[in-house]
Amino acid sequence: MNLSDIDPVTFPPVIEATSAMDRRSFLKLAALAGGGFALALYLRGPSALAADASPAVTPAGAEGDFTPSLFIRITPAGVITILASNPEAGQGVKTALPMIIVEELDVAWEQITVVQAGLDSRLGRQVAGGSRATPTHYDPFRKLGATARALLVSAAAARWSVPVNELNTPGDARVVHTASGRSATYGELATAAAALPLPDEKSVVLKNPADFRVMGRRISGVDNPSIVKGAPLFGVDVRQPGQVFATLVKCPVFGGVVKSVSLDAALKAPGVLAAFVVKAPGVASGVAIVARSTWQAFKARDLLVIEWDEGRTAAESSAGFAAAAEVAWKTPAGPLMRNDGDFEKAFATDGLVRVEARYSYPFISHANLEPQNCTALFKENGRIEIWAPSQAPQRGCDDTAKALGIETSAITVHLTRMGGGFGRRLTNDFMAEAAVIARSYPGVPVQLAWTRADDMQHDWYRPAGFHALSGAVDPAGKVVAWSDHFVTFAAGYDTDKVAGVATLRPDEFPSRLVPHCRIRQTPLPHGIPLGPWRAPRASAQCFAQQSFIDELAHAAGRDPVEFRLALLGEPRAIPAEEKGAPVFDSGRMAGVVRLAAEKSGWATNKLPRGRGRGIAFHFSHLGYAAIVIEVTVSNDGELTIDRAVIAADVGRQIINPSGAENQAEGSVVDGISSSLVQAVTIAAGRAEQSGFGDMPLLRLNQAPKIIETHFLITDNPPTGLGEPVIPPVPPALANAIFSATGHRVRDLPLNRADLSWS
Amino acid sequence: MSLKLTVNGHTHDLEGVDPTTPVLWVLRDHLNLVGTKYGCGQGLCGACTIHLDGQPVRSCVLPLSAVAARRLTTIEGLAPDGKQTPLQKAWCDLDVAQCGYCQAGQLMSATALLARTPKPADADIDSAMSGNLCRCGTYTRIRSAIHTAATASST
Ligand code: FES
Ligand code: FES
Repeated sequence: MNLSDIDPVTFPPVIEATSAMDRRSFLKLAALAGGGFALALYLRGPSALAADASPAVTPAGAEGDFTPSLFIRITPAGVITILASNPEAGQGVKTALPMIIVEELDVAWEQITVVQAGLDSRLGRQVAGGSRATPTHYDPFRKLGATARALLVSAAAARWSVPVNELNTPGDARVVHTASGRSATYGELATAAAALPLPDEKSVVLKNPADFRVMGRRISGVDNPSIVKGAPLFGVDVRQPGQVFATLVKCPVFGGVVKSVSLDAALKAPGVLAAFVVKAPGVASGVAIVARSTWQAFKARDLLVIEWDEGRTAAESSAGFAAAAEVAWKTPAGPLMRNDGDFEKAFATDGLVRVEARYSYPFISHANLEPQNCTALFKENGRIEIWAPSQAPQRGCDDTAKALGIETSAITVHLTRMGGGFGRRLTNDFMAEAAVIARSYPGVPVQLAWTRADDMQHDWYRPAGFHALSGAVDPAGKVVAWSDHFVTFAAGYDTDKVAGVATLRPDEFPSRLVPHCRIRQTPLPHGIPLGPWRAPRASAQCFAQQSFIDELAHAAGRDPVEFRLALLGEPRAIPAEEKGAPVFDSGRMAGVVRLAAEKSGWATNKLPRGRGRGIAFHFSHLGYAAIVIEVTVSNDGELTIDRAVIAADVGRQIINPSGAENQAEGSVVDGISSSLVQAVTIAAGRAEQSGFGDMPLLRLNQAPKIIETHFLITDNPPTGLGEPVIPPVPPALANAIFSATGHRVRDLPLNRADLSWS
Repeated sequence: MSLKLTVNGHTHDLEGVDPTTPVLWVLRDHLNLVGTKYGCGQGLCGACTIHLDGQPVRSCVLPLSAVAARRLTTIEGLAPDGKQTPLQKAWCDLDVAQCGYCQAGQLMSATALLARTPKPADADIDSAMSGNLCRCGTYTRIRSAIHTAATASST
C-alpha cells in the first residue's frame, strides 16, 4: 500500500466526468413490494465498471445488472425519501445532492426525508474527495428527478385521459390539471407510475433554471436538528449490543514494528478483556488492547512493555530534510519538468527587475476533531460488518479485504457521519485495523478508537516542501522569466518518482503565462506517511507561487492586483497539456481577482501603515478563487486578521448558498490555521507533536470577524467548493502582512516570524 | 463500590466504575450518552463540554469522584421538553455546523454564556467561546448564532 503515491481520488480531477457519465448512465425503474415506485440510477454501466481499474469504484462483478439502487422512493402514503449516497464529512453533500433531485422532482424541500446509504456498488462513486460530488452528480441527478416527475405526470395523464402537456406540477408533490381543477398527490400516483415504461432519456425536459424553487435557496443541513441535540451520528457514536472498545498502540517511528511485548500487566488491568499483537498485510504493526470501555483501553496502554524495531525512518528529521533541500539547490540535478524558452538567458537580460527567494512549509496534520475510529463485528459465518467514518469506503473495503485475506463481498460497510474529513479519511487505515482486531475478538462488535496523540502521530501528512524561486519582470511590468526548483518528497524509498500528493504539474501556474519558464523537482526519499490534505498540492504550493508573484509586483513597483491581471492577460481558454487535466480559463480567473479587489475596496480605500491587504488567487478542483485578506499588525508584532473577502467562480448554479458559503468561510479559517499556527515536525523518524497544545487549531478569537463570500456566476458547469477557496488563503495572509509591515514571511508557519515594525 | 450520578435529571447507579474515570467516558461508554464528544482528552478543545451545576466544564479531565451528588447537564438534556432552545434554533436557522462534531461543546459553552450574560458583546463571546475549537472553521456563524439567540430571547 503506497498511499503517498498518486491519489486517484484527487489527482487528476476528472473534468470529463459529467459528459462521460451522461453517455454511460441509464435509468432503471422497479416496482416496490407493496406499491410505490423506485427509480434507480446507474452512474456507470457494468461494462464501464469492468473497464475501470480505479480502486475507488466498485469492483467488476459485484454489480447486479437488474438490481436497482434507490435514490428516490415514493410510497402510496406519500412519504418521499431521497437517498444520500456519498459520505458526509461536513462538506454538505447530504443536503446539496438531494436538493438537485428534489428540484427536478418538483416537490418542496420540507416534504422529503434524506436517508444515508451504506456502501453499495449500485450507487456509483461514493467518495467524499476532490470536490467532485457536484460536477459528477449535477446533470445525472437533475435527469433522475426530472424522469421521476415525467412518470408521475404520465400516470396522471392516463388516469384522467388528458394530454401530458395540459398538466403541471406546482412544486408541492402534486400533479395538477388546471382546466378541470383536478389534482393528485405523488403518493396517489406512485403505484401507477411504477408500472409505466421509462421515457426516452432525451424526451425528459429539465427545468429552466429561472424556475428553480429549491436550488439557490439557503437550506439548513439535513442533520442539523440531530446535531444540536447530540444525537448519535458519528463513527465513534456507534453503539451495538455487547460492544467492546479497543485501542491500538503503534510504533512512534513510522514503519516501525513490534519486536517483543510483555502483555501481562495490561491484561491484569481493570476492564481489559484481551491484548495481542496486530499483524496483517497493509496494516501497521502494533499492540491492541480490548476493554469494556474506551477509557480502560486507553489507560492500559501505559502498562504495555513494547520493544520496537524502529527501522530506517528513525534516522529522518525535518532538519535533515531542510538540509537536503539546501544541498539539492546548490547542485541542481535531474531532468527539468518544464523548460520553455531560455530561462538563463532571459533572466540575465539587461533592464529587468530580478527577484530570487526561497520558500518553505512544514508537514501538517489533518487534525480531524473526531479522532480516527471504526467499529467492526466479525461474525461466525465469516462475514464482517463495519461502521466506518470513511471518505472513500470502497477503498477501505478493498484494504480491509486484503488485510483479512477475504473477498470484499464478505464485507458490509455502513457509512457514518464524519467529524471532519479534509482528505484524512480517504486513507482507511482505521478500517483495516478495526477489522483485524475484531477478527481476533470474534462475535462481538469492537470499536477501535484512536487517541488524539495517535491521530496526530499516525496521520498521512500534508507534505512539507521547499521552493527556490527566481523571476524577472520587464519594464512594461510583464513577468518574462520564472523558475522554480522544488525540493519535495518521493513516493517512498528507492524511487525517483515524486509522491502524487507532493508533485508540481508540468503545466503548473504560471507556466504558459510566462515565456521563459523552468520547473525542476527534486524528490527526497523518506518514510513519512503522506496523504491528500484538502486541495492537495495546491493548498501548499500556492503559498510559494502567489507570495512570489507579490514579491515581483512590489519589486517592479506595480499594484499587486494590476500586476496579476496583466499576468493573466487576455481572457482565453488555455488548454490542458496533461491528459485528464482541466482547461484553464484566464478570463474566469481574472474575473474573481477583479471581484475580490472591488468588494474589498482594494483601490478605493487605502490603509495606513500597520494595516494591510493582501491578494492571491488560484485555480484548483475546477473552481476559480481569489481572496483579499485585511490585517492589522501592532508595532510589537501582534497580528489581527480583520476581514477576508472571497470571490469564487464555480459555474452557473450555487446549489445551496448557505452550504457553499459555509465551505468558503471554513476554508478561510482552515487556510489561516494551516499557515499561521500549524506545523508537524519530524525528529528521529517520529512526529514531535501529539495534541492541540503543540499542533493548534485557530481559535474563535483569532479568526476574522468578517468573512464575505461573493460568487461570480458564469455560464459554466457547476463545480465543487470544498477545496478551491483554500489555496489562495495562506499567500493572501502573507501578502497582507507584507503590506502592513514590510516583512516578507517566506517560511510557514507565519507565527514563527517576528512581525514587529516601527 | 457504587457511585451515583445525576445527569439531565436522571440518577444513575454506577456499579463498579473506577472513580478516577473521566466523566466523559462514563457518559459515553457507561450511560450511552454519546452526544458529549472526545476531541483531545486534555481539556484543550472543548468538545466534551458539559454543565456542572450550570457551569461549563471539560468532562474529559473531570474525574467521576469529583461530581458525585452534583447536577450534570449534557447536550441531550439542553431541551428537556423536546423544544429547541433559542440557541439550538439559531444554530439550525443559521446552518452553523459543518461536520458538527464540535457543536455539542459549542452549544454547551454558548448556553452557559447566555445564562450569565444574556446580551453578550463580541468580547464576551471571544472569552467564553475561544476554548471550543472548531476544525471546520464555523466561528463566524457561531458568533452570529449567539447574537441571534440573544436577540430572540430578549424579544
Ligand atoms: S476532549 Fe475535553 S477538552 Fe478536548
Ligand atoms: S463543525 Fe466540524 S469541528 Fe466544528
